[in-house]
Amino acid sequence: MKYIDEFRDGKVARNIAAAIAAEATADRRYALMEFCGGHTHAISRYGIEDLLPPAVQMIHGPGCPVCVLPIGRVDNAIAIAERPGVTLCSYGDLLRVPGSKRRSLLKAKAAGADVRMIYSAADALKIARDNPDRQVVFFAIGFETTTAPTALVIRQAKAEGLGNFSVFCNHVLTPAAISNILESPEVRQLGTVPLDGFIGPAHVSTVIGSRPYEFFAEEYQKPVVIAGFEPLDVLQAILMLVRQLNEGRFDVENEFSRAVTREGNRKAQALVAEVFELRRVFEWRGLGMVPYSALAIKEEFARWDAERRFAVEAVSVPDVRACECGAILRGLKKPADCRLFGTACTPESPMGSCMVSAEGACAAYWTYGRFRQVS
Amino acid sequence: MTLHRKGPVIDFVNGCVDLTHGGGGRAMAQLVEDLFIAAFDNDMLRQRNDQACFAVEAGRMVMTTDGYVISPLFFPGGDIGSLAVHGTINDVAMAGAMPLALSASFIIEEGLRLADLKRIVESMAAASRSAGVPVVTGDTKVVEKGKGDGVFIATTGIGRVPAGIVISGDRARPGDAILISGTLGDHGVAVMSQRENLGFETRLQSDSAALHGLVAAMVAAVPGIRCLRDPTRGGLAATLNELAHQSGVGMVIEEAAIPVRAEVRGACELLGLDPLYVANEGKLIAIASADEAERLLEVMRDHRLGRDAAIIGRVVEDAHRFVQMETSFGGKRVVDWLAGEQLPRIC
Repeated sequence: MKYIDEFRDGKVARNIAAAIAAEATADRRYALMEFCGGHTHAISRYGIEDLLPPAVQMIHGPGCPVCVLPIGRVDNAIAIAERPGVTLCSYGDLLRVPGSKRRSLLKAKAAGADVRMIYSAADALKIARDNPDRQVVFFAIGFETTTAPTALVIRQAKAEGLGNFSVFCNHVLTPAAISNILESPEVRQLGTVPLDGFIGPAHVSTVIGSRPYEFFAEEYQKPVVIAGFEPLDVLQAILMLVRQLNEGRFDVENEFSRAVTREGNRKAQALVAEVFELRRVFEWRGLGMVPYSALAIKEEFARWDAERRFAVEAVSVPDVRACECGAILRGLKKPADCRLFGTACTPESPMGSCMVSAEGACAAYWTYGRFRQVS
Repeated sequence: MTLHRKGPVIDFVNGCVDLTHGGGGRAMAQLVEDLFIAAFDNDMLRQRNDQACFAVEAGRMVMTTDGYVISPLFFPGGDIGSLAVHGTINDVAMAGAMPLALSASFIIEEGLRLADLKRIVESMAAASRSAGVPVVTGDTKVVEKGKGDGVFIATTGIGRVPAGIVISGDRARPGDAILISGTLGDHGVAVMSQRENLGFETRLQSDSAALHGLVAAMVAAVPGIRCLRDPTRGGLAATLNELAHQSGVGMVIEEAAIPVRAEVRGACELLGLDPLYVANEGKLIAIASADEAERLLEVMRDHRLGRDAAIIGRVVEDAHRFVQMETSFGGKRVVDWLAGEQLPRIC
């Protein structure tokens, strides 16, 4: 595959790995957080940690949209799906996320609810057009990457006057989550989470640009390198972070310059601003209540807001006891530190959300790296 | 000779299956006669008994059964009918056996177009004839609309194992070589491309094929083959994990050695799938001792259905029975069982 294989070349990988090994000083620490689940996935899938010297440690961040969705919102979605006349459309991963009492959309579907797996927001709109007698709800989740397409279908539904379509909006914002991690006592005062630099998001940054990270780099004195999701992107970003740390710099650098600019995608940003507004506070799994970290549908588009249409009530449901998703999402623990990992909690029967999505740290460890835990 | 009085001619152009076609009355008899017996025509079926009667040879026999529920019913490179023949023949063949006969059971949903049913049955008959394995007995049932999805087909196959051949999933030993007969993922991606909500086009065809000819050539050349299995649902990953567990061994495969078509890699990339987990319907995995592997590879490549065969890895000692892959990138990763479903209803 042209334009992809170039970023998976084993020979180039060995060269970059050699440079990292040569430049990383053995007696100092390079604790680097990859914010995005896409990076976590690439690191596990391609075995990138095998290529790193011991001084370089990867810490897996909370950038997996499925993982940070709180149980209460999953319960809300199940309740909507179970209403008579409702067809709930959702991305595949979400179907398996456990809500409370180990229920999930998949189980609701098996019990008779009309839950459909879709590949894009536009599919949900089409289902609404094709089924005028059903109330079609799109269960929208994701960071900035998936927000603009959701905005687009809401605007389209309004333009068409499509009365049987609405969106259950759970879109969240990357910068707010990064702030929250950097502000957490574990990072700021206690130092229990070593955090020396960030690999910045790939797809999210194509939308928001590299500018929003400049504040973190400056304020918290942590270097950020925005990187693509291919394995060579990740290795190159690690090398760039090692160099910044060696030189005592904390700049925002852009490894993913083939897709990310400083300003980002202005058109997408404008579209999002037209349809959505900031929520004062939103619950994140793992991070808890995070101020101004999520989007709600504006009053102007209220007719297409499933939260208003179905009078969805906010519920806060604690994680299963012993589930360490919260600590793992904050970088406090590794998947193997969780007692449930690989015993009560597996991808077939997940207890926590990190075991569901391919971008979740637990699922990535389990699927691609299990031998490390037993050898 | 027919057993029923002629009723009105079945409308295979515009008609649909209705409940009377499964009701045990004249409509059913007519459908069986004019469609199924006509298409599958053979001596045993012509006896028109509720069972097929035939002589058996001495030796070991194998028997297998499989249900086919694929959606859509027609896909590039095949349909549910040819798939139901190939899939069951392959399950027989993976014991090193020569398939002898098939049975076929149809569960048809009311409302299925008779033209579609005819197309499926005729494709099935063609696949059976071309494989030289007759459908010798069968059954049809019709269920109410909404209780099926067009048609489900179950086929059972029997076969005879040549003397001296012992092929089984528990026989892989450390040091053995792992071979694959061709490119991975063609079937799954071809089927996916037909799903209405995916909106991508491909010229890719399903690899659906009967593999007993290839197996016969392999077994004749290397009678000591240890394991054979066709990587259908769950793909190469599931099959290797099954074999590793059955044999109590580990496996190490090399990503760079695994043949995958560029179109399949591209489609998988786009859809977030891994070709290792995508289903195949005309491929097999063989495990043989390292010193016989090259000879086996040669024989496979000489066969039409094994042209892209490759040695993709080796069996190792491993108490955890892990299947691991050396990635082209230079790292190592576990190739685990598939969790949940990657693609629903593809066979």
